[in-house]
Amino acid sequence: MKGERIRKVLATHGRLPVAADGLPDDANLYSAGMTSHASVNVMLALEEEFDVEFPDEMLTRSAFESINSISGALATLGVE
Amino acid sequence: MATVDAGATFAEEISRIADEVAAAHADSVDKEARFPTETFDALKGAGALSALVPEHLGGGGLGIADAAAASFELGRRCGASGLVFAMHQIQVACLVRHFDDSQWFEEYLRSLVREQRLIASVTSEVGTGGDTGRSIAAVTPTDATTLTFEKQAPTVSYGAHADDLLTTLRRSPDADGGEQVAVLTSKEQVELEPKGTWDPFGMRGTCSPGFVVRASFANEQILPQPFSTIGSETMVPVSHLLWSHVWLGIATDAFDRARAFVRASAKRAPGEPVPAATRLSHLMTQLSLLRGEVESALQEFLAADATPNRERLATMASALRFNNLKIASSEQAPRVCQGAMNVCGIVGFLNNTPYSVGRHLRDTMSGALMIANERIHQTNASLLLVAKEI
Repeated sequence: MKGERIRKVLATHGRLPVAADGLPDDANLYSAGMTSHASVNVMLALEEEFDVEFPDEMLTRSAFESINSISGALATLGVE
Repeated sequence: MATVDAGATFAEEISRIADEVAAAHADSVDKEARFPTETFDALKGAGALSALVPEHLGGGGLGIADAAAASFELGRRCGASGLVFAMHQIQVACLVRHFDDSQWFEEYLRSLVREQRLIASVTSEVGTGGDTGRSIAAVTPTDATTLTFEKQAPTVSYGAHADDLLTTLRRSPDADGGEQVAVLTSKEQVELEPKGTWDPFGMRGTCSPGFVVRASFANEQILPQPFSTIGSETMVPVSHLLWSHVWLGIATDAFDRARAFVRASAKRAPGEPVPAATRLSHLMTQLSLLRGEVESALQEFLAADATPNRERLATMASALRFNNLKIASSEQAPRVCQGAMNVCGIVGFLNNTPYSVGRHLRDTMSGALMIANERIHQTNASLLLVAKEI
């Protein structure tokens, strides 16, 4: 469920050249073509979608590099 | 890490080279737009090009704070010498902080110590809109053991004077533009096809025309860590730190010249009011703002660098901090130099007086353009949407 919501955010804001539906959970999103600018929009949209705020120490490139890492970041904020 | 004494000895040696060599040739370097050969011969003689190489590989074992102080001292006497020195140290920092335990790079660093090799970088590229986080040129295999690249570089600072080049490229021909690596090639492996001539407004001694760069090399010459890591942990923050120390050095010398002018005026007419003295006081305020931004950024870098796995340097808050340093200091340094010209009047405007600050003003004006400030503002605007504490 959480994975599906993350995929939906990526499909809308990630500007990926490939379909977010088909991405494996461990695929590197930057290698798949997500730009730094798009990653910021993904972070904003995730905050909105899950009603959380990522603290500064979590806002790193690696925290948003795959669906798994995003899922892990959300888990530390209590989103299961 | 080297001892405090090693750092102090290095600083003394750099100050001596700055005062005795860089200062003596600064005007001819500027006028002729030529490489500061004398300064670099002296720096090589002192082993300064390997200051950041760890001691167990034969280097000076010094840190970013030492390189920053040295960039400041050289910048005070010759902006171009300071900037070339700073850029070389940035490349060395990228190697020593990201080579992991690669045997090839370990051998290379030993040869850097022995031969005092000068490293230039090829990071900007025609067609990327100034975004050094993306590449068009790619590492391209030609056979089982040989790799090649061809990169259109709009500027390569001191490219024709360097012994080695550190070049950013896509990892492979089918990699995304943001999937970059950094490759170190020696002059013997590289062909530089000049594009255009070099006759700029300032920083004339950096000799930074455009080139088409072609090279063939082996796989082990690719730095092991991805450039996204090298960039955020080292190349971007250390560039902004060392550049801003050069600009602070130039602005400090402009201020010193303005102060010398005011003192000379006061001595000529003891007891008479010196109108320029008040302008100098205003100028001190401007210089102190620049110094505050530059010095606090260095302290914040050292603190962030000391966090486990340098994790603080990977945050967007950290990117914002050092981007802001670049923008603020590159705008403030020419402001100070122009203020110094206002204090000195015509003798500051003339190129051949003890109070000349034209070169200072021209040199510092390059700062806002080397990685355009507007481009950094766009990045910051985006990061500010999600960063929480600034």
